[in-house]
Amino acid sequence: MLGRPGAPVLHGLDLDVPPGEVLTVVGPSGCGKSTLLRTLAGLLPVLGGRVTQDDEPLVRPHADRALIFQDDALLPWRTVHANVELPLVIRGVPRAARRARAAEWLERVGLTGHARRLPHQLSGGQRQRVQLARALAGAPRAVLMDEPFGALDAQTRAGMQRLLVEVLDGTHATVVFVTHDVDEAVFLGDRIALLDGAGTARVLGVPHPRERAAHDAAATVALRRQVLESLGSLGT
Amino acid sequence: MTTSAEEDTASAGESTAATTAPVRPVAAAAPRRRRPWPRYALRAASLLAALGLWQLLTTLKVTLWLRFAQFPTVTQVAHTFAGRLGTGAYWQDLTDSLTRILTGFALAAVLGVVVGTAIARSPLASDLLSPVLEVLRPIPAIALVPVAILLFPSNEQGIVFITFTAAFFPVMVSTRHAVRALTPVWEEAVLTMGGGRWRVLGSVVLPGALPGILGGLSVGIGVSWICVISAEMISGAYGVGYRTWQDYTIVDYPGVFVGMTTIGLLGWLTSTAVELAGRRLTRWLPRTENTAPSAYLIRKGTP
Repeated sequence: MLGRPGAPVLHGLDLDVPPGEVLTVVGPSGCGKSTLLRTLAGLLPVLGGRVTQDDEPLVRPHADRALIFQDDALLPWRTVHANVELPLVIRGVPRAARRARAAEWLERVGLTGHARRLPHQLSGGQRQRVQLARALAGAPRAVLMDEPFGALDAQTRAGMQRLLVEVLDGTHATVVFVTHDVDEAVFLGDRIALLDGAGTARVLGVPHPRERAAHDAAATVALRRQVLESLGSLGT
Repeated sequence: MTTSAEEDTASAGESTAATTAPVRPVAAAAPRRRRPWPRYALRAASLLAALGLWQLLTTLKVTLWLRFAQFPTVTQVAHTFAGRLGTGAYWQDLTDSLTRILTGFALAAVLGVVVGTAIARSPLASDLLSPVLEVLRPIPAIALVPVAILLFPSNEQGIVFITFTAAFFPVMVSTRHAVRALTPVWEEAVLTMGGGRWRVLGSVVLPGALPGILGGLSVGIGVSWICVISAEMISGAYGVGYRTWQDYTIVDYPGVFVGMTTIGLLGWLTSTAVELAGRRLTRWLPRTENTAPSAYLIRKGTP
């Protein structure tokens, strides 16, 4: 049972994410997608049942599990570079090493020229790229993403999805990606978890994960229809 | 990795980014803009006009319900002022008052921020401290003179105590509000990076609440002046307030005005210092560039 104290949202959820998998989570609004993510991050206490990582109960936030928010999670008084450096500062990485690593991550997300700017001087898409760099700079084992591209326009969103696939490659990070965009869920996920209003999940495998060319493949189209239908039947 | 088309749509989608993007990179790299000279001239003219009016009313001994006949003229005050500047007593009073206000204000700033943060973030601290503080808050600091006399072995400490109390409440209250208003996402971000309580306080709460805290500090320094001067007038242990009251009791009106001018100038100096320090510390805030020459002089040009 998960939720905020006094306001449980998810009951009887049983979900297992193997290491290195990208699990996308879709469901009607208010079904507890964000609650699930915040519980996994350790920000919300478990109201009942067990939430574990490597068979150890998960009780508090840890640098192992980075969280990426929809927007405005960058510290506005820190420059882009200083924001990306923050998880390394917290870990006590020596100055020279963390500078180099932050610069490297900024390069990977294509923002090298913006290192000294402040978050409010960037566009929404650029800010999300900074968040991505900040989360991954800490080399977390899991990345939890709460509708990270939800506030972006379609074109920027497609670019961000490409970038995400690119930067995740080689990190072996486990990803739980909450979205309300079915196309995004079908493209990015190895599996899709469908949450219903009652708080249980149905997990579907994705035939061609992260292959843009497979957008119109028969299996993909069928999956998309299946997801849309079950969302529709939930009466959102 | 990034196409230019993507950049364009990204900034067009955000109205704030679209308006500031072309200006900001230049502004960030270039030295900060100075206030253009016409604005300085205007400010000086406003001050001179006030002095001119004063001089006019007093030399003509205008009596239009308000009576300026006994009022010292600007030149009389200036003359007395020049005389006082040469005496050691003037500078002694000045340092006395400054020491008191700076000590009291510094204590109030530190404790106000600490207590305000504790109350905002800990229900226990709030339950323990809020009731007492809320009862003490409405008492004007200057009404604490009898308390100060009872409590402290010397006048000096009593005056600092009163100054401290005056500045403490504005700082504490504004800190409390600013900390409560912080975006929870910032704290959650630092927590999920592995940051602990002190990291959250140092990296999120203090910098995030700073703009609000500075408002309290600005109010606090002003109230401090009111109280330090009043306390000096009452307790009679030297200082600008004491001297001003002394001049009044011996009917030295130009002397009274020298005292008042001194208080005005010192108050202006200290609040400007607080303001400037604050602006330096919060340079990251997105500002509308209303100090820019273009905004001031060519406002009509923009639709």
